[in-house]
Order: sequence, then structure tokens, then C-alpha cells
Amino acid sequence: MEKGGGGGLETELRLGLPGGEVEKNEKKRVFEEFDGCEDRAAVHKNQVVGWPPVAVFRRKNSFNEGKLYVKVSMDGAPFLRKVDLTMHKGYTELVRALEDLFGCFGIGEALKGDEENYEFVPIYEDKDGDWMLLGDVPWEMFAESCKRLRVMKRVEENGVGLHAKDLLKGLSKED
Amino acid sequence: MCLFQSVMNYLPKEVLEHVFDFLTSHHDRNAVSLVCESWYGVERFSREKVFIGNCYAVNPERLIDRFPRLRSLTLKGKPHFADFNLVPDGWGGHVYPWIEAMAKSGINLEELRLKRMVVSDESLELLAKSFPNFKSLVLVSCEGFTTDGLAAIASNCRLLRELDLQENEVDDRKGQWLSCFPESCTSLVSLNFACLKGEVNVAALERLVARCPNLRSLRLNHTVPVEVLQKILVRAPQLSDLGTGTFTHDPDSETYVKLKNAMKNCRSIRSLSGFLDVNGRCLPAIYPICTSLTSLNLSYAPGIFSNELIKLICHCKKIERLWILDTIGDKGLGVVANTCKELQELRVFPSDLYGVGNTAVTEEGLVAISAGCPKLNSILYFCQQMTNAALITVAKNCPNFIRFRLCTLNPIVPDAATNQPLDEGFGAIVQSCKRLTRLSVSGLLTDQLFLYIGMYAEQLEMLSIAFAGDSDKGMLYVLNGCKKLKKLEIRDSPFGNMALLSDMGKYETMRSLWMSSCEVTLGACKTLAEKMPRLNVEIINENEAGEDKASCDDRHRVEKMYLYRTLAGPRTDAPDFVWTL
Repeated sequence: MEKGGGGGLETELRLGLPGGEVEKNEKKRVFEEFDGCEDRAAVHKNQVVGWPPVAVFRRKNSFNEGKLYVKVSMDGAPFLRKVDLTMHKGYTELVRALEDLFGCFGIGEALKGDEENYEFVPIYEDKDGDWMLLGDVPWEMFAESCKRLRVMKRVEENGVGLHAKDLLKGLSKED
Repeated sequence: MCLFQSVMNYLPKEVLEHVFDFLTSHHDRNAVSLVCESWYGVERFSREKVFIGNCYAVNPERLIDRFPRLRSLTLKGKPHFADFNLVPDGWGGHVYPWIEAMAKSGINLEELRLKRMVVSDESLELLAKSFPNFKSLVLVSCEGFTTDGLAAIASNCRLLRELDLQENEVDDRKGQWLSCFPESCTSLVSLNFACLKGEVNVAALERLVARCPNLRSLRLNHTVPVEVLQKILVRAPQLSDLGTGTFTHDPDSETYVKLKNAMKNCRSIRSLSGFLDVNGRCLPAIYPICTSLTSLNLSYAPGIFSNELIKLICHCKKIERLWILDTIGDKGLGVVANTCKELQELRVFPSDLYGVGNTAVTEEGLVAISAGCPKLNSILYFCQQMTNAALITVAKNCPNFIRFRLCTLNPIVPDAATNQPLDEGFGAIVQSCKRLTRLSVSGLLTDQLFLYIGMYAEQLEMLSIAFAGDSDKGMLYVLNGCKKLKKLEIRDSPFGNMALLSDMGKYETMRSLWMSSCEVTLGACKTLAEKMPRLNVEIINENEAGEDKASCDDRHRVEKMYLYRTLAGPRTDAPDFVWTL
């Protein structure tokens, strides 16, 4: 968890003086899961309960934790919706939530590869203002940089489906 | 017997009562009541304000019996570590029995202040209907009620002066609670609904503010827009304490100009908070009031960049209390040190709880503050790292600390420069600060620190320990040394039965002891409970609810233990997972 927590100290956290005998059994139980893991989600999950000692009310109401609502638009839908990204642990869950919101199915198909048989392309606008295809980066990275979501609908042209990249190209031209 | 004593014995009760009127602190009143029976009697019939630090230490009936003229009651419920999710839901701390008992006995209750208690809508309704002179309700970190309960208070408390809701979990029914204040309500002095999530009727709010000329303190929630804030300020330029709602608007707009002018007219504002959603570029609107501010709370204000904070701070020369996020950075704290010479209390909260190397304050900021702010006496500081050298310097610069709470984001991080434990640094703090009453420690700490605490922290009343110490000796040093200790809370530390049982009588001199994820066993807790009938020894056992308690092995470690002195015996409202031994 802590990288370089002080001049080369190993990140194996334990009670007692550094270099001393490690106490057996569970004293380091809470920290065993921390092993220099970079993934914030893992840190999240293995979070020591109640540390740092910030009151629950403050945690829920500070901007860094609690909810992260972003707008979602669906091509052809008369109004936008909002989703809370903190309510989902990954892309599959998010896609399912979107499908529930808009009452449709198959939003996630485009993420599965270069298949022809999909109707929707889910994309998001990131912090730099670029429109990106959902699913390329780790979930946490996405959640941090996502400003809004859009579910594009494939437009039939002579019965030939468009690939995602063509849709995205079209979008940047609009900008 | 000397002449003075004989004279005192013959003073009529009315004179004694009049003398006792001058004693406002409950410490003094408690002391006076112990002098002799006659003083006890006079004191109890004249006491109007009572403070009960643990609602399970005494029964409501006993309270009412002793203090029939009670007008103001302060109650605290759950243990402090409940703030950090260490106490499961449903543990207890219900206020209803207190309100019910006072209502039945005809107590003329005027003020109720609660902290970490469970407050139901039923209790609020009963409160509102039972006490015609009720004036002041202050709820801090409570839960269990909805805006319907607030509506009952607003509708029925004709003389209400204060409704102060701080950091409560309120179920917002999106009703019209604010509209329930009748037109005849003109007595409000303080209204704080910052913690509510739902919208309020802003027209009703504006009318309420307009008809309450004594309104001094108003804290809005995040749903109240800037346009409404501006109108309110125009109607209530006499405010001395303001909590804004959102503070986002276009700095080029007319609203912004109006707001700035309204602010300029509020010459009495000394305390400012809120900014629950803020655009940093709008902060210049408050510069005019910054010069006279004594209290500023920006700890819930997201996303203000360090340089904007710094510019703001430069205007705040009279600040005595500052609550801020660590986005201010060490550099910003340096500016605070140079500017805020009246600073007494500083709290620096983490903006990034998982602190993966991003936290902006280190020991440098703390040292700068200690050097620049001679009146500093209370600090809460979340930081990435700390060093003994820094703490030793802080101790030298600030011998006047009353409260010192330091929290490293990694709970067992050693001295960032030397890799040693932080024993010497905290040791210097307790040695230098002779008036220290509250201490929270963190970082890599051994028994040595607790030796220092036991030796030097003579005034210490509350101590919080986490992931610290090596052996029972650590806890023993504290129990033996700190004569004034009232509250001790320990988590994830290797203290066990020997320490727990060495001086059982000590716990009757304290309010409470919390130990979780330590080394104490069930058997030791049972022994303690058996030998000390005036303690409630509670075991919180979430995993084994329903399991046959008789089959629990005495050698098992206890996950969570909370013990407290009490005159009320084991409590009758304990849930399944709480086992009073």
C-alpha cells in the first residue's frame, strides 16, 4: 500500500520494532492483503475498517468518497439519466445498470470484440474531453476520469453495421 | 471547628442557592454537592443543567429524582469509535426512554443536547408535544429520525430558539418540514440544517428568516442556491454565523455582484462554513467578511485549489478556529502560520482517504504552524508522514496544547527520516504540554511511548490508541500513570488480560474503556465483570449472534469489548449481538 513509506522500509507492515520478531498469528492479519498493490480497488476492498479515523458522516459527504453521478445519454431517448459510478464495481455491472435504465439489452456487446451483431456502442467523455470506448482501461481509472456517458445506437446503412471506431470518428468530426 | 465552618453551616438555604448560582460548570457543581449533605440537598434542587457523558451510566428516573428542576439535559450515547464503523447498527443509545420519563414527571425541559444517540421520529414528536417551554434542540452525530420528526418540532415548539443539526444521518422525506414553522414563530436564534440532503421550501425559508429578527446563526444545506443565499443575507445582515449551501455561480453574473454586496453588509459574521459545492473562482465574494472572521470551516468544500485557499487565507488575520482539507498543502500551512496569529484550533482533514502518495501535508506544515501560531492549543492533523524531530520541535514551540490528535494515513508508519518509532516525538509532546487533556497517537509506536504518557500526561482525560505498543506493559503504564484518565479507547494493539485485570478499581474512576482487536479473552472479561458489579462489561460479537453463549470458550479472544461504570445495572435494551457479562 505505502510505497517508500520511509527510506526503503519494506512494505510488510507489522506491529513491533522494525527488524524485530514478527508476532505470530493475526497481528498482521489486517495488513496481509496490502502488498504494494497498485490497484486502488484492491486497497478499497482490503481497507482496514475505520482507518484513517474519519467519521462516517464526513466520509459520505466528502467529494472524494460517496457518490459519483454522471449523466448518461442514449441516442434516440428523449431525456438523459444519471448513474452513480461508485455503485458499481466493474463494467459488467455498469452495463447492466444502463440496460435497466433504458430498458434495452445488448449495450455491452460492443465491448466484447469486433463483432458485427451489436446495436449499441457505449462511450464516455474523459477529463481531457475526448470520447473513449468503454472498457479499455481498468475500472478505477475509468471511474476517475469519466465525465459523462453516451450510448450510441448503430445506424443501419445498407444493412452493414459500423465498427465502433467509425462511430467514434464520426463523433469527433461533430466536435 | 473554625468560625468560618460554623458560619457556613448556618447559612440559610436561599443564600447557599444564590451562591451556587454562580457555579456554572458541572464540575464545580458536582464538587459542591459532595461537601456535605446539606450542600448536596441545596445543590440538587437548584441545578438546572445536567451533563451525562454516558447515557447508560444512570437511569432517567434517577436523574429526575435527584434534579427535579432540570431544564437542560446533555446526553452522549455510543462510544467514540462508533464514528469509524466499529460499532454495529442497533447497538443502542436510544433517547426515547429519557424523553418519556421526563414527560411523565412533569420536567420543564427547555434544552436537549444529544451526541451519538438514536433519535426516532416518535421521540421528537413526544418531545415537541410534552414540553411547552422547549427552546433548544442540538443533535450531533445522531441517527434514526426523518424530516417528519423535524416537522413535529417546527410545528409544536412555540418558543423554539435553536434547532442545530450537526452531521446527523437524517432520512429526508422531502416533505415540507421547514414550512411547518408557524407564522407566529419569530423566536429563532439558530437554525442549522446543513446535514440534510433534501430540498427545502426556499420561499418558506426566506419568510422565516425575515420574521426572526434575533436570528444569529444560519447554516444551509447544499440544495439552497446562491440566489436564495443572497436574498437571505439581505434580510438578515445581523447574522454572526453563516453556513452557505452551494457556492457555485458565474463570477461574471449579476447574482455574483449582488451576493458580494450583500456580504459586505453583513458586518457581524464571525463564523463561516458550508461551501458544500464550490467554484473556487467565486471565493473573492467572501473576502470582505474574511477580515473579521474568527472561525472558518472549509473541510466539506471540495475541489478548492491550494492557491485559491491561500489567497483566501491571506485575508483571514483574525482566525481562531480553522478546519480545512489537506489540499492546502505544506506551503498553504506556511501561509496560515504567517497570517493567522490568533489561531487556537486547527483541523486538517484528508482529501484522499486512500492516500496513495497524494496527501499534501507532512510534518513540515505542522512545524510551520507551531512556529507561527503562538496561541495554538488544539490540533487534529491527518498527514502522510511524521518525524520525531518535527514533533519535538512542535512540542517546544507549543507547550499549551490541550488537545493533540495526529493521524498518519498509514497507521504504523515510522519516522520518515530515521525509520525509528515515533515514541520520542509523542513523548516530547506529553512532556512539554502539561495541560494536555486529549491525545490521539498513530504511526509506529512501542511500549516506550506509553511509559512517557504514564509519566508525564498528568491531566490526560482521553486517549486513543490504534495499532500501537508491544505488550501489556504499555497499557499498564497508562492505567497506572494517568490519574485523570476518563476515556481510553484502544484498537488493534497487543494488550491483553494481564493489563486488563491489573487494577480493576481503576475503571470505576473512568467513564469507559473500549478495546477491539486486542488480546483480551472472554474469560478475563468474565472475571472483571464478576469482580466489579458496578461496571457493565459488554462484548460485541457480530459473527456469533444466536450462538449458544455457554459454549463460547473462555480462551477465545474477544473481538470488541466496551466497559463502563454504571449505577443502572446491565441495560435492558441490548441487542442480540451485545452480551453484557
